[in-house]
Amino acid sequence: MIDQQAVFLTMIGMGVVTFLPRLLPLWLFSSRDLPPLVVSWLRYVPVAVLAAMLLPSLVMPEGQIDVSLGNLFLWAAPPVFLVAWKTRNLFAPVIVGMVLVAGIRLFLG
Amino acid sequence: MEDTNTTTSVLMKSSVFCGVTRALPIVMGYVPIGFAYGVLAKQAGLSVFNAVAMSVLVYAGSAQLIGAGLFGAAAPALSIVATTLVVNLRHMLFSAALSPYLKGWRKSELAIFAYELTDETFAVHSAGFPEGVPSKAEVIAVNVTAQLSWLCGSWLGAVVGGLIKDVRPLALDYTLPAMFIALLVMQIKVRAEIIVAALTGVLAVVLTLMGVGRWSVIVATLIGATLGVVFEQIGTRREGGEA
Repeated sequence: MIDQQAVFLTMIGMGVVTFLPRLLPLWLFSSRDLPPLVVSWLRYVPVAVLAAMLLPSLVMPEGQIDVSLGNLFLWAAPPVFLVAWKTRNLFAPVIVGMVLVAGIRLFLG
Repeated sequence: MEDTNTTTSVLMKSSVFCGVTRALPIVMGYVPIGFAYGVLAKQAGLSVFNAVAMSVLVYAGSAQLIGAGLFGAAAPALSIVATTLVVNLRHMLFSAALSPYLKGWRKSELAIFAYELTDETFAVHSAGFPEGVPSKAEVIAVNVTAQLSWLCGSWLGAVVGGLIKDVRPLALDYTLPAMFIALLVMQIKVRAEIIVAALTGVLAVVLTLMGVGRWSVIVATLIGATLGVVFEQIGTRREGGEA
Protein backbone atom coordinates (compact mmCIF):
# COMPACT_ATOMS: atom_id res chain seq x y z
CA MET A 1 0.00 0.00 0.00
CA ILE A 2 1.12 3.51 -0.79
CA ASP A 3 1.28 6.08 2.00
CA GLN A 4 -1.24 8.59 0.63
CA GLN A 5 -0.08 11.33 2.98
CA ALA A 6 3.52 10.99 1.77
CA VAL A 7 2.23 11.08 -1.82
CA PHE A 8 0.38 14.30 -1.10
CA LEU A 9 3.44 15.95 0.45
CA THR A 10 5.59 14.88 -2.50
CA MET A 11 3.02 16.35 -4.85
CA ILE A 12 3.33 19.71 -3.11
CA GLY A 13 7.05 19.57 -3.92
CA MET A 14 6.23 18.62 -7.52
CA GLY A 15 3.86 21.58 -7.66
CA VAL A 16 6.52 24.03 -6.47
CA VAL A 17 9.17 22.89 -8.98
CA THR A 18 6.54 23.08 -11.74
CA PHE A 19 5.23 26.51 -10.78
CA LEU A 20 8.58 28.30 -10.38
CA PRO A 21 9.80 27.77 -13.99
CA ARG A 22 6.36 28.92 -15.16
CA LEU A 23 6.45 32.02 -13.00
CA LEU A 24 10.00 33.38 -12.66
CA PRO A 25 10.73 34.41 -16.26
CA LEU A 26 7.38 36.26 -16.40
CA TRP A 27 8.13 38.04 -13.13
CA LEU A 28 11.67 38.91 -14.10
CA PHE A 29 11.19 39.93 -17.73
CA SER A 30 7.71 41.46 -18.02
CA SER A 31 8.62 44.49 -15.90
CA ARG A 32 11.61 45.61 -17.96
CA ASP A 33 12.62 46.40 -21.51
CA LEU A 34 14.74 43.62 -22.89
CA PRO A 35 17.57 44.15 -25.40
CA PRO A 36 16.23 43.97 -28.99
CA LEU A 37 18.32 40.87 -29.70
CA VAL A 38 16.70 39.03 -26.77
CA VAL A 39 13.24 40.14 -27.89
CA SER A 40 13.79 38.83 -31.40
CA TRP A 41 15.20 35.58 -29.93
CA LEU A 42 12.06 35.21 -27.79
CA ARG A 43 9.93 35.76 -30.88
CA TYR A 44 11.35 32.57 -32.42
CA VAL A 45 10.75 30.51 -29.28
CA PRO A 46 7.05 29.66 -29.85
CA VAL A 47 7.58 28.36 -33.38
CA ALA A 48 10.72 26.48 -32.32
CA VAL A 49 9.27 24.92 -29.18
CA LEU A 50 6.01 23.89 -30.89
CA ALA A 51 7.97 22.22 -33.69
CA ALA A 52 10.27 20.53 -31.17
CA MET A 53 7.28 19.05 -29.34
CA LEU A 54 5.27 18.24 -32.47
CA LEU A 55 7.65 16.54 -34.90
CA PRO A 56 8.84 13.77 -32.53
CA SER A 57 5.19 13.02 -31.70
CA LEU A 58 4.42 12.57 -35.41
CA VAL A 59 7.57 10.79 -36.61
CA MET A 60 8.15 8.64 -33.54
CA PRO A 61 4.85 8.27 -31.64
CA GLU A 62 6.03 5.01 -30.04
CA GLY A 63 9.57 6.14 -29.32
CA GLN A 64 11.35 4.95 -32.43
CA ILE A 65 11.20 6.45 -35.93
CA ASP A 66 8.20 5.06 -37.79
CA VAL A 67 7.51 6.26 -41.33
CA SER A 68 5.49 3.16 -42.28
CA LEU A 69 1.91 3.47 -43.53
CA GLY A 70 0.80 2.18 -40.14
CA ASN A 71 1.84 5.44 -38.48
CA LEU A 72 -1.47 7.31 -38.77
CA PHE A 73 -0.20 10.24 -36.69
CA LEU A 74 2.30 10.99 -39.44
CA TRP A 75 0.09 10.43 -42.48
CA ALA A 76 -2.87 12.35 -41.11
CA ALA A 77 -0.59 15.35 -40.54
CA PRO A 78 -0.30 16.74 -44.13
CA PRO A 79 -4.08 17.08 -44.61
CA VAL A 80 -4.31 18.69 -41.16
CA PHE A 81 -1.51 21.11 -42.14
CA LEU A 82 -3.34 21.97 -45.34
CA VAL A 83 -6.68 22.59 -43.63
CA ALA A 84 -4.96 24.70 -40.96
CA TRP A 85 -3.21 26.73 -43.65
CA LYS A 86 -6.44 27.32 -45.62
CA THR A 87 -8.86 27.96 -42.78
CA ARG A 88 -6.55 29.64 -40.26
CA ASN A 89 -8.71 28.40 -37.43
CA LEU A 90 -8.26 25.79 -34.75
CA PHE A 91 -11.39 23.67 -34.96
CA ALA A 92 -11.43 22.62 -38.62
CA PRO A 93 -7.95 21.02 -38.58
CA VAL A 94 -8.61 19.27 -35.25
CA ILE A 95 -11.91 17.82 -36.54
CA VAL A 96 -10.34 16.79 -39.87
CA GLY A 97 -7.46 15.09 -38.03
CA MET A 98 -9.77 13.18 -35.70
CA VAL A 99 -12.14 12.11 -38.49
CA LEU A 100 -9.19 10.93 -40.60
CA VAL A 101 -7.52 8.93 -37.84
CA ALA A 102 -10.79 7.49 -36.51
CA GLY A 103 -11.98 6.68 -40.05
CA ILE A 104 -8.79 4.89 -41.07
CA ARG A 105 -8.75 2.94 -37.79
CA LEU A 106 -12.37 1.96 -38.35
CA PHE A 107 -11.85 0.75 -41.93
CA LEU A 108 -8.48 -0.89 -41.46
CA GLY A 109 -9.39 -2.26 -38.06
CA MET B 1 -22.35 55.32 -13.22
CA GLU B 2 -24.75 52.43 -13.29
CA ASP B 3 -24.55 52.44 -17.08
CA THR B 4 -20.79 52.06 -17.10
CA ASN B 5 -21.04 49.25 -14.59
CA THR B 6 -23.52 47.39 -16.75
CA THR B 7 -21.33 47.91 -19.80
CA THR B 8 -18.28 46.65 -17.93
CA SER B 9 -20.07 43.57 -16.71
CA VAL B 10 -21.44 42.82 -20.19
CA LEU B 11 -17.96 43.24 -21.66
CA MET B 12 -16.57 41.04 -18.91
CA LYS B 13 -19.11 38.33 -19.67
CA SER B 14 -18.44 38.41 -23.37
CA SER B 15 -14.66 38.21 -22.89
CA VAL B 16 -15.04 35.29 -20.49
CA PHE B 17 -17.24 33.63 -23.11
CA CYS B 18 -14.59 34.30 -25.79
CA GLY B 19 -11.94 32.78 -23.55
CA VAL B 20 -14.00 29.67 -22.88
CA THR B 21 -14.63 29.27 -26.62
CA ARG B 22 -10.96 29.62 -27.45
CA ALA B 23 -10.14 26.92 -24.92
CA LEU B 24 -12.54 24.37 -26.45
CA PRO B 25 -9.95 22.64 -28.67
CA ILE B 26 -7.81 22.21 -25.54
CA VAL B 27 -10.82 20.81 -23.68
CA MET B 28 -11.35 18.22 -26.42
CA GLY B 29 -7.82 17.02 -25.85
CA TYR B 30 -7.62 17.43 -22.08
CA VAL B 31 -10.71 15.46 -21.08
CA PRO B 32 -9.56 12.18 -22.68
CA ILE B 33 -5.89 12.61 -21.74
CA GLY B 34 -6.82 13.67 -18.21
CA PHE B 35 -9.03 10.58 -18.13
CA ALA B 36 -6.12 8.38 -19.20
CA TYR B 37 -4.00 9.97 -16.46
CA GLY B 38 -6.74 9.34 -13.86
CA VAL B 39 -6.97 5.67 -14.82
CA LEU B 40 -3.19 5.32 -14.64
CA ALA B 41 -2.91 7.14 -11.32
CA LYS B 42 -5.58 4.90 -9.80
CA GLN B 43 -3.85 1.79 -11.13
CA ALA B 44 -0.56 3.04 -9.68
CA GLY B 45 -2.21 3.01 -6.27
CA LEU B 46 -3.07 6.68 -5.74
CA SER B 47 -6.33 7.50 -3.97
CA VAL B 48 -8.97 9.35 -5.99
CA PHE B 49 -8.26 12.39 -3.82
CA ASN B 50 -4.54 12.31 -4.59
CA ALA B 51 -5.09 11.59 -8.28
CA VAL B 52 -7.20 14.74 -8.56
CA ALA B 53 -4.95 16.69 -6.17
CA MET B 54 -2.02 16.17 -8.54
CA SER B 55 -4.09 17.79 -11.32
CA VAL B 56 -4.68 20.75 -9.01
CA LEU B 57 -1.18 21.09 -7.56
CA VAL B 58 1.05 20.08 -10.47
CA TYR B 59 -1.20 20.40 -13.55
CA ALA B 60 1.24 19.24 -16.20
CA GLY B 61 0.26 16.30 -18.39
CA SER B 62 3.42 14.40 -19.11
CA ALA B 63 4.91 15.07 -15.65
CA GLN B 64 1.76 13.71 -14.00
CA LEU B 65 1.77 10.55 -16.11
CA ILE B 66 5.43 9.98 -15.27
CA GLY B 67 4.82 10.93 -11.63
CA ALA B 68 1.97 8.43 -11.27
CA GLY B 69 4.25 5.71 -12.62
CA LEU B 70 7.01 6.67 -10.16
CA PHE B 71 4.61 6.66 -7.20
CA GLY B 72 3.46 3.21 -8.31
CA ALA B 73 7.08 2.05 -8.41
CA ALA B 74 7.61 3.48 -4.89
CA ALA B 75 10.36 5.81 -6.09
CA PRO B 76 11.90 8.10 -3.43
CA ALA B 77 10.15 11.47 -3.04
CA LEU B 78 13.26 13.43 -3.90
CA SER B 79 13.76 11.66 -7.22
CA ILE B 80 10.08 12.16 -8.11
CA VAL B 81 10.39 15.90 -7.43
CA ALA B 82 13.68 16.11 -9.37
CA THR B 83 12.20 14.27 -12.35
CA THR B 84 9.21 16.63 -12.32
CA LEU B 85 11.56 19.62 -12.35
CA VAL B 86 13.46 18.32 -15.38
CA VAL B 87 10.29 17.37 -17.28
CA ASN B 88 8.71 20.77 -16.62
CA LEU B 89 11.72 23.01 -17.09
CA ARG B 90 10.61 23.78 -20.66
CA HIS B 91 7.90 25.99 -19.16
CA MET B 92 10.62 28.59 -18.54
CA LEU B 93 10.76 29.10 -22.28
CA PHE B 94 6.98 29.58 -22.47
CA SER B 95 7.05 32.04 -19.61
CA ALA B 96 9.95 34.01 -21.10
CA ALA B 97 8.42 34.07 -24.57
CA LEU B 98 5.10 35.49 -23.34
CA SER B 99 6.68 38.04 -20.98
CA PRO B 100 6.97 40.90 -23.54
CA TYR B 101 3.18 40.78 -24.06
CA LEU B 102 2.19 41.02 -20.39
CA LYS B 103 3.97 44.19 -19.39
CA GLY B 104 1.09 45.91 -17.63
CA TRP B 105 0.13 42.93 -15.47
CA ARG B 106 0.57 42.91 -11.70
CA LYS B 107 2.82 40.29 -10.10
CA SER B 108 -0.20 38.58 -8.54
CA GLU B 109 -1.99 38.47 -11.90
CA LEU B 110 1.11 37.06 -13.56
CA ALA B 111 1.26 34.39 -10.85
CA ILE B 112 -2.35 33.36 -11.52
CA PHE B 113 -1.60 33.26 -15.24
CA ALA B 114 1.66 31.33 -14.79
CA TYR B 115 0.07 28.69 -12.57
CA GLU B 116 -1.98 27.44 -15.52
CA LEU B 117 0.64 27.84 -18.22
CA THR B 118 0.86 24.48 -20.00
CA ASP B 119 2.07 23.36 -23.43
CA GLU B 120 -1.43 23.86 -24.78
CA THR B 121 -2.42 27.13 -23.13
CA PHE B 122 0.99 28.50 -24.13
CA ALA B 123 0.37 27.45 -27.72
CA VAL B 124 -3.01 29.18 -27.80
CA HIS B 125 -1.68 32.38 -26.19
CA SER B 126 1.48 32.60 -28.23
CA ALA B 127 -0.64 32.31 -31.39
CA GLY B 128 -3.03 35.01 -30.19
CA PHE B 129 -0.88 37.58 -28.37
CA PRO B 130 1.01 38.95 -31.41
CA GLU B 131 -2.36 40.01 -32.90
CA GLY B 132 -3.16 41.94 -29.73
CA VAL B 133 -3.37 40.74 -26.13
CA PRO B 134 -7.02 40.08 -25.18
CA SER B 135 -8.47 41.33 -21.88
CA LYS B 136 -7.18 39.75 -18.67
CA ALA B 137 -10.60 38.16 -18.15
CA GLU B 138 -10.40 36.42 -21.54
CA VAL B 139 -6.79 35.26 -21.05
CA ILE B 140 -7.54 33.83 -17.60
CA ALA B 141 -10.81 32.29 -18.86
CA VAL B 142 -8.82 30.27 -21.43
CA ASN B 143 -6.54 28.97 -18.66
CA VAL B 144 -9.26 28.21 -16.11
CA THR B 145 -11.42 26.40 -18.69
CA ALA B 146 -8.45 24.29 -19.70
CA GLN B 147 -7.56 23.31 -16.14
CA LEU B 148 -11.20 22.58 -15.25
CA SER B 149 -11.44 20.18 -18.19
CA TRP B 150 -8.18 18.54 -17.07
CA LEU B 151 -9.64 18.17 -13.55
CA CYS B 152 -12.88 16.68 -14.89
CA GLY B 153 -10.94 14.23 -17.04
CA SER B 154 -8.65 13.13 -14.21
CA TRP B 155 -11.50 12.79 -11.74
CA LEU B 156 -13.58 10.72 -14.19
CA GLY B 157 -10.58 8.53 -14.96
CA ALA B 158 -9.79 7.97 -11.30
CA VAL B 159 -13.41 7.18 -10.43
CA VAL B 160 -14.61 5.05 -13.33
CA GLY B 161 -11.15 3.99 -14.53
CA GLY B 162 -11.20 0.49 -15.95
CA LEU B 163 -14.67 0.76 -17.46
CA ILE B 164 -13.40 2.44 -20.62
CA LYS B 165 -9.98 1.17 -21.55
CA ASP B 166 -9.49 2.40 -25.08
CA VAL B 167 -10.07 5.91 -26.41
CA ARG B 168 -8.44 5.10 -29.75
CA PRO B 169 -11.63 4.36 -31.75
CA LEU B 170 -12.63 8.02 -31.31
CA ALA B 171 -9.15 9.26 -32.25
CA LEU B 172 -9.16 11.45 -29.17
CA ASP B 173 -5.45 10.72 -28.88
CA TYR B 174 -4.97 12.78 -32.06
CA THR B 175 -6.65 15.99 -30.84
CA LEU B 176 -3.53 17.48 -29.29
CA PRO B 177 -1.11 16.65 -32.15
CA ALA B 178 -3.67 18.10 -34.60
CA MET B 179 -4.06 21.20 -32.44
CA PHE B 180 -0.30 21.66 -32.29
CA ILE B 181 -0.10 21.43 -36.09
CA ALA B 182 -2.80 24.10 -36.41
CA LEU B 183 -1.18 26.39 -33.84
CA LEU B 184 2.22 26.02 -35.46
CA VAL B 185 0.79 26.89 -38.86
CA MET B 186 -1.02 29.91 -37.40
CA GLN B 187 2.21 31.25 -35.88
CA ILE B 188 4.27 31.06 -39.02
CA LYS B 189 4.25 34.45 -40.68
CA VAL B 190 7.67 34.86 -42.30
CA ARG B 191 9.87 32.47 -44.22
CA ALA B 192 12.56 32.44 -41.53
CA GLU B 193 10.01 30.88 -39.16
CA ILE B 194 9.37 27.97 -41.54
CA ILE B 195 13.10 27.27 -41.60
CA VAL B 196 13.37 27.59 -37.81
CA ALA B 197 10.36 25.26 -37.30
CA ALA B 198 11.72 22.63 -39.71
CA LEU B 199 15.26 22.72 -38.29
CA THR B 200 14.12 22.66 -34.66
CA GLY B 201 11.69 19.81 -35.29
CA VAL B 202 14.34 17.68 -36.99
CA LEU B 203 16.82 18.59 -34.26
CA ALA B 204 14.37 17.45 -31.57
CA VAL B 205 13.93 14.10 -33.35
CA VAL B 206 17.71 13.64 -33.71
CA LEU B 207 18.35 14.58 -30.08
CA THR B 208 15.64 12.17 -28.91
CA LEU B 209 17.25 9.39 -30.98
CA MET B 210 20.61 10.27 -29.43
CA GLY B 211 19.11 9.60 -26.02
CA VAL B 212 19.01 13.18 -24.77
CA GLY B 213 15.51 12.30 -23.60
CA ARG B 214 13.65 14.97 -21.69
CA TRP B 215 16.16 17.67 -22.54
CA SER B 216 15.64 17.36 -26.29
CA VAL B 217 12.79 19.91 -26.49
CA ILE B 218 14.71 22.53 -24.51
CA VAL B 219 18.04 22.01 -26.27
CA ALA B 220 16.43 21.96 -29.73
CA THR B 221 14.48 25.15 -28.96
CA LEU B 222 17.54 27.02 -27.66
CA ILE B 223 19.48 26.13 -30.81
CA GLY B 224 16.52 26.69 -33.15
CA ALA B 225 15.60 30.15 -31.83
CA THR B 226 19.29 31.17 -31.89
CA LEU B 227 19.55 30.09 -35.53
CA GLY B 228 16.47 32.21 -36.24
CA VAL B 229 18.17 35.30 -34.82
CA VAL B 230 21.40 34.48 -36.69
CA PHE B 231 19.51 34.22 -40.02
CA GLU B 232 17.74 37.47 -39.23
CA GLN B 233 21.02 39.25 -38.47
CA ILE B 234 22.67 37.95 -41.64
CA GLY B 235 19.58 39.03 -43.60
CA THR B 236 19.64 42.57 -42.17
CA ARG B 237 23.38 42.91 -42.71
CA ARG B 238 23.07 41.82 -46.31
CA GLU B 239 20.26 44.30 -46.92
CA GLY B 240 22.33 46.94 -45.19
CA GLY B 241 25.31 46.16 -47.46
CA GLU B 242 23.25 46.48 -50.59
CA ALA B 243 21.72 49.80 -49.58
